[in-house]
Amino acid sequence: MFYREAGQYKTTYQADMSVFPILQDRIGLALIIVAALVLPLVAGEFMIASVMVPFLILALAAIGLNILTGYTGLVSLGTGAFMGVGAYACYKLSTTFPAINILVWIVASGFVSCAVGVLFGLPSLRIKGFYLAVATLAAQFFLQWCFVRVPWLYNYNPSGAIEVPSRTLFGIHVTGASATPTTRYYVALAIVIAVTWIVSNLVHGRVGRSFMAVRDMDIAAQLIGIRLLRTKLLAFAVSSFITGVAGAMMVFLWLGAAEPDAFNINQSFILLFMVIIGGLGSLIGSFFGAALIYVLPIIVRATPETFGLTIGAATVEHLTYLITGALIIFFLIVEPLGLARLWQIGKQKLRVWPFPY
Amino acid sequence: MSFVYSIFVDPFVQMIGAPDLLVQTLWEGLVGGVLYALIALGFVLIFKASGVFNFAQGIMMVFAALTLVGLHEKGVPAFLALALTILVMFALALAVERVILRPLVNQPDIILFMATFGLTYVLIGLGELVFGGNPKNMITSELLLPSGSLDFKTLGGLVSLQKIDIAAAIIASLMVAVLALFFQKTRIGRALRAVADDHQAALSVGISLDQIWVIVWFTAGLVALATGIMWGARSNVSFALEIIALKALPVLILGGLTSVPGAIVGGLIIGIGEKLGEFYWGPLVGGGIESWLAYFIALAVLLFRPQGLFGEKIIERI
Repeated sequence: MFYREAGQYKTTYQADMSVFPILQDRIGLALIIVAALVLPLVAGEFMIASVMVPFLILALAAIGLNILTGYTGLVSLGTGAFMGVGAYACYKLSTTFPAINILVWIVASGFVSCAVGVLFGLPSLRIKGFYLAVATLAAQFFLQWCFVRVPWLYNYNPSGAIEVPSRTLFGIHVTGASATPTTRYYVALAIVIAVTWIVSNLVHGRVGRSFMAVRDMDIAAQLIGIRLLRTKLLAFAVSSFITGVAGAMMVFLWLGAAEPDAFNINQSFILLFMVIIGGLGSLIGSFFGAALIYVLPIIVRATPETFGLTIGAATVEHLTYLITGALIIFFLIVEPLGLARLWQIGKQKLRVWPFPY
Repeated sequence: MSFVYSIFVDPFVQMIGAPDLLVQTLWEGLVGGVLYALIALGFVLIFKASGVFNFAQGIMMVFAALTLVGLHEKGVPAFLALALTILVMFALALAVERVILRPLVNQPDIILFMATFGLTYVLIGLGELVFGGNPKNMITSELLLPSGSLDFKTLGGLVSLQKIDIAAAIIASLMVAVLALFFQKTRIGRALRAVADDHQAALSVGISLDQIWVIVWFTAGLVALATGIMWGARSNVSFALEIIALKALPVLILGGLTSVPGAIVGGLIIGIGEKLGEFYWGPLVGGGIESWLAYFIALAVLLFRPQGLFGEKIIERI
């Protein structure tokens, strides 16, 4: 009824090629952003600190992985470690140069992660498919080993963990114990919106198309003049930049302190789940995937209490595993192309409503 | 200069200086390698027959071992528990075929790969829910497996071989031999190879894909059970064994995803390589390099042979 594009005439090529050609989409996006901005005024502290901030950060990491796996077709099982590189780089940089703005270091740690990513991306030129997936495990385990065995990375802290120093931005505490969840939420939101906007422009442009050409068939892409070396390494660079930023945010804006175990292989797997359940090669899918995979266990844990049942904590943990696994299989069977595809189908139905087609 | 010396000369001097330690390390590596090879074998069986990169193979191993031990804890005699576990693995194979493979047939590889991730989570949740999450001891003596060690005084020192390791090596080689015979000589084995070669051609000569998948997943389940018993006897049975199962991945790509001999050779290379590396070169960088060395060995081989040592040559067409 409201979602109809009749009467919206495009008079320029630019308008025709825009990312959101339909007026209602633009209005919807604006509404979502406004809702995200006013959310801290209505939602409780738990909602902001334990649901929204992690959701935003994980969605950002999922976007990073989606560039590599969804858009370029290079499966990576080392995302968790690249997040770790970002986190440790940000920690080192901000403790060594405490005077400089923390946002600068969050972005700079993305570049460190980017360099490491390109290094581990080099084998992708020769190794493909599942072979590459296993090769990225080398990055995962090697980097995780570094986080444990190189004491320089955690400033010789006897606990082996990194702890976030307190930093301010325009006089307000942004990181550390005295930062309020609302502040951290707004900083995370700003970074996520900025990065998503940049990435959206990237994937809709020439670079994004060359990524997708490589994904669909890399030899054919090479034949039409796409330089594989540059394109694949660029995908690794962009992807690990974003995951690095997400990793730095994860420690600085969400956890406050982290041990090497926070960046273990399970983190990589969970991000891969988000990307696949959300939809390969879809930015909005990354958000859907992050929401589903992150929020699902929270709901599963909270469900018995709402019905007044008391189940042991261990049993709930096991049930969470069981249900998450079953739902992953269920979603894959129902819609192998992910939640983004369901979203598309839903929009199409709305467009032609009340007619079936 | 001394650093170069400590990388390229010192370890070899140590090896020659203490041959008994070298033999001991080689033996440890060999046994580890055999067990990696067994996990990788389960992967290869499934990958060949159904084209699924079965991430859950490692978890199937833990799940099988856990079921065995868990049943025994509940008072079931050891060999009855073994038989029941085999039944459980068969039920699992049936369920996987019905619930996962059949609806997802002809989907892209990565989707099937993710589905086995889901299976991994389900198995972890189910196993811990039914049998509890705390580590358990493998029932070695009840299954008539030997324990203790054989000590040899040779090479100017003491070489000590665990009997359970010897048993593991023997059982593993027996199992590989039986599987090879099964594949080469029986009707079902031929059907399996036909499916591995070409799904559609196999269908057209009247081979039931559904049946073959159940058989393959069941075989992989049996391999998982045997591996689980052996690993369980070496450490204890808990889902922490999963990390060992991940080690089977470099073995797999080193040997080539589709090759049974590749899985075995790859297992031995990785097993021996990582033990030697950890023992002789590990201390140089602070130890613990076992966690990633296997992946780097595999990566180094892949750079020269992208399809693995024994994999089918990758031919790319437009």
